[in-house]
Amino acid sequence: MGKKKEEKVRDDKVDVDRDDGASWWLVQKGIGASFICIALFALLVRVAVSLHPYSGAGNPPKFGDYEAQRHWMEITLNLPVTEWYRNSTTNDLSYWGLDYPPLTAYQSYVHGLFLRFFDLESVSLFSSRGYESYLGKLLMRWTVLSSDALIFFPAVLYFVCVYYTSHNSSRRNDIVWHISMLLLNPCLILIDHGHFQYNCISLGLTVGAIAAVLSQKDLVASFLFTLALNHKQMSAYFAPAFFSHLLGKCLRCKNPLLEVIKLGLVVIGTFAVVWWPYLHSADDFFGVLSRLAPFDRGLYEDYVANFWCTTSILIKWKRLFTVQSLKLVSFTATVLTCLPSMVQQVLAPSGKGFLYGLMNSSFSFYLFSFQVHEKSILLPLLPASLLALEEPRPFRWLTHHALFSMFPLLCRDKLILPYMAMYAVFTLLYLTPGGRSRLKKTDHSSSIASIMIGFLYLCSSILHIVYLTIRPPEKFPYLFEAMIMLMCFPQFALCAFYSNAKQWLLSKHSTVDKEKKLI
Amino acid sequence: MEDQSAGRRGNLLPQVLWFFFIAACVKLLLVPSYHSTDFEVHRHWLALTHSLPVSDWYLDETSPWTLDYPPFFAYFERFLSIFAHLIDPEIVDIQNGLNYKANSVIYFQRISVILSDLWLLFGVYRLSKKLEVKRRDLMWVLIIWSPGLVIVDHLHFQYNGFLLGWLLLSISFLQEGRDLMGGFVFAVLLCFKHLFAVAAPVYFVYLLRHYCWKGMVRGFSRLSVMGALVAAVFAAAYGPFVYHGQIQQVLRRMFPFGRGLCHAYWAPNFWVFYILLDKELAFFLRKVGFNIQVPSASFTGGLVGDSSPFAVLPQITPVTTFIMVLLALSPCLIKAWRNPRPGMIARWIAYAYTCGFLFGWHVHEKASLHFVIPLAIVAVQSLEDARHYFVLSIVSCYSLFPLLYEAQEYPIKVLLLLLHCALMWIGFSAQYAEDAVARATAPAPAPAKKKVAQSKLKAAASAEGGFVIGWIGKIYLFGLLVVEIWGQFLHPYLLGDKLPFVPLMLMSIYCSLGIMYSWIWQLRWIIKPT
Repeated sequence: MGKKKEEKVRDDKVDVDRDDGASWWLVQKGIGASFICIALFALLVRVAVSLHPYSGAGNPPKFGDYEAQRHWMEITLNLPVTEWYRNSTTNDLSYWGLDYPPLTAYQSYVHGLFLRFFDLESVSLFSSRGYESYLGKLLMRWTVLSSDALIFFPAVLYFVCVYYTSHNSSRRNDIVWHISMLLLNPCLILIDHGHFQYNCISLGLTVGAIAAVLSQKDLVASFLFTLALNHKQMSAYFAPAFFSHLLGKCLRCKNPLLEVIKLGLVVIGTFAVVWWPYLHSADDFFGVLSRLAPFDRGLYEDYVANFWCTTSILIKWKRLFTVQSLKLVSFTATVLTCLPSMVQQVLAPSGKGFLYGLMNSSFSFYLFSFQVHEKSILLPLLPASLLALEEPRPFRWLTHHALFSMFPLLCRDKLILPYMAMYAVFTLLYLTPGGRSRLKKTDHSSSIASIMIGFLYLCSSILHIVYLTIRPPEKFPYLFEAMIMLMCFPQFALCAFYSNAKQWLLSKHSTVDKEKKLI
Repeated sequence: MEDQSAGRRGNLLPQVLWFFFIAACVKLLLVPSYHSTDFEVHRHWLALTHSLPVSDWYLDETSPWTLDYPPFFAYFERFLSIFAHLIDPEIVDIQNGLNYKANSVIYFQRISVILSDLWLLFGVYRLSKKLEVKRRDLMWVLIIWSPGLVIVDHLHFQYNGFLLGWLLLSISFLQEGRDLMGGFVFAVLLCFKHLFAVAAPVYFVYLLRHYCWKGMVRGFSRLSVMGALVAAVFAAAYGPFVYHGQIQQVLRRMFPFGRGLCHAYWAPNFWVFYILLDKELAFFLRKVGFNIQVPSASFTGGLVGDSSPFAVLPQITPVTTFIMVLLALSPCLIKAWRNPRPGMIARWIAYAYTCGFLFGWHVHEKASLHFVIPLAIVAVQSLEDARHYFVLSIVSCYSLFPLLYEAQEYPIKVLLLLLHCALMWIGFSAQYAEDAVARATAPAPAPAKKKVAQSKLKAAASAEGGFVIGWIGKIYLFGLLVVEIWGQFLHPYLLGDKLPFVPLMLMSIYCSLGIMYSWIWQLRWIIKPT
């Protein structure tokens, strides 16, 4: 109750200068109440999606991500901490060995306790491999659901509160619209609650960190982001943006060195706490570390719409180069592409620039780094959704293609119905009547562009149908996957280019006094 | 914002469709969830109407789920079966299709319910198109996003949304003063599902007075027109069966009075108290020393036999319940006779269904939708109505919880109810805070410090006249939470498998308190002199 009141106070600050007389009924009671409503709806949708099959359901011997997560619970629950990452007779690493940082392992342990309480069989050592049951599925689904509700939702609330206290001009309807865009992101819901993963935890921690950065609580931010990094190493996609923004801020303080040291101590301290069980011997430490960097899995997987995979149609990277050189090349490409955005943030750190920076760095990683998975598109999508109100059209465009790029994956998981339903929910919420004021104002794009956009929408919908109905020719069994990839990659590249340009234009427009205000 | 609301007034259809599609998406996502035996019932009816001639529809006994709805519903199933046959002929195979569980049939039937809800949408649309923006939005939220309908139609599986669409359509015609059409639509509804006949006395009295009571000649001609129309509808429905000489068989199927006073799970109505009183009296008298026999088919055993097994109190027969319903209805009928106003018709119809629910024979808990949905029409009219509706719709939705007893659906039903509460709370607050402000500002417009004054007024309005639930209501709703926590968590934990019927019994008793309150509240509103 107290929390709710606090939000109300904040809301009153937000719309002190406006009178929503005939406004939409949902916003009357304040953002807190609207948030509760949307959150309940978002939870309902998540539960409904979770009724559907998970990845690898009834598909022995390897099953899918669901079995991986369940197996980790089994391992963490039954073995001592130091054994978790070590290959042994009790822990066969070739069967879904733990390859996420320790925080994921701890999370698996806690969730394993929950599972063991209700269904002992589902996490017993050895015998539970490939365990599938009504109750088991339900309990596993509920662990994701509770993680989402406990981490991602509060983080979004925190972000919205912070973000809109600094933007006095936004209308309540816009804020509510933005909340619904954040909480009902179809990609995240389908991957976490359909396919089965725990992205909500690492992304939630990241959103919390972003909100903390925006509210100038840099120490909290670095703590939260370190946790995110320790939950999924993929969070490193955001690291350049955090690093450059915080560095840029520190450089503008009276005592830059002290600030940097403070941040560094928080980061190292958090790392030390999370990695504590593995710090007693170098063997353990490097053992875990080697598990986290799976370079043996190759430059890319399946048909991910990034630079390497798309260009591999012309240049067979994997055949032409050794893994070592590919590692180097991909690393260089990643760093080079995210360098401009980092430089901008070091020179002129600003809240908005930081959000664009997050998008740019995660795009660089998605497009150019080593071993990228289709699901990694969730990472660039996150900052894009945080910027949804500023960039509604690019956001919708990106969401459409992100979802599209995961279509083959979701098809394999038999999630076509939730895919369509979630896409429809997203579009409907995007077009909420009276939900967003800027929809009409920004409607001045040229007719050629809109024809182009319409044409691409048409193409992708046709490709959806083709993918579902027509069998690919024997010679090219992955023809349609490749076509989807070819459609999505230019859009992602375009989005990356666009947000880079936006970020640099930002520093051009921003005046000196605005920067002073921010610091 | 003003310009936007003006724009919104202009084009209604996309907006109401927006509400519909949001709901449809959620319903689509719920396709793989649990469905009751009603699913197989309706599948069998598809097969039955598809593969048998009309003359055999009410005779067939291939499956225990014999056709027990009126003919229009059978025709409706026949219509659906055309498409079912196109999609998968196995669905409509009368022998091989029994207990058919393939994806095709699940998707087909689920989507048929979702699409048939378009009829409900049409009813709501007709009812609300003349309302102001806020009341209209609110009504859409209450009806199109009704959690009860989702639970009963899209999880449990039935076609109530479609049937209620006819009812709302009828009410919308009556409210417009087009009595003939209203009566016609209601007759059609009766031929879809006869349980809606409880409101027939209200319709009869209202139409007689409001439509036909216009002098000798004109009145008589109107009466005959109405009569002919209703007769035609019934002829269209029952004609084929009269022709085959099966009308008695049809009626026997439609009115299975052998089923007993209460359903296996007691619907939260008056008879719960009656049973409880009987049990207590029997217990007490036995303590005192009387020799009271324990009836063979106890209510708590789950299955209910033919007769009502009361130990002490007089037995209840269908006739008794019929008379009680009529008695309860009488104040409303008298009012309708004295002053037949179109503005009151929604209340009267809802009241009639409430009476039927409280005192009827073998009432299903699902029947509470019959009055909760029409009451949404009046809930947007005044503050007291909104307060009453808030409590009632929560109780009604909660009383549907036992329909979904599996663990998988537990979060769904809870979230549906919570979301409904939140939406109602926000919607009603917005609506009535605004009303209060409008009332307060109307007499003295102060152009100078208007904004400040208005915000102050707003605060004052929300403090005094806004949407607030009284402390009794709050305690009652809190009790609902206690009952749920007891039934779900504490009871199994503390008592284990002992007394397994207690949680359900508690729910019935507690919810019937709420429904009784609603009945008295509605009755008071109806007999209030106007």
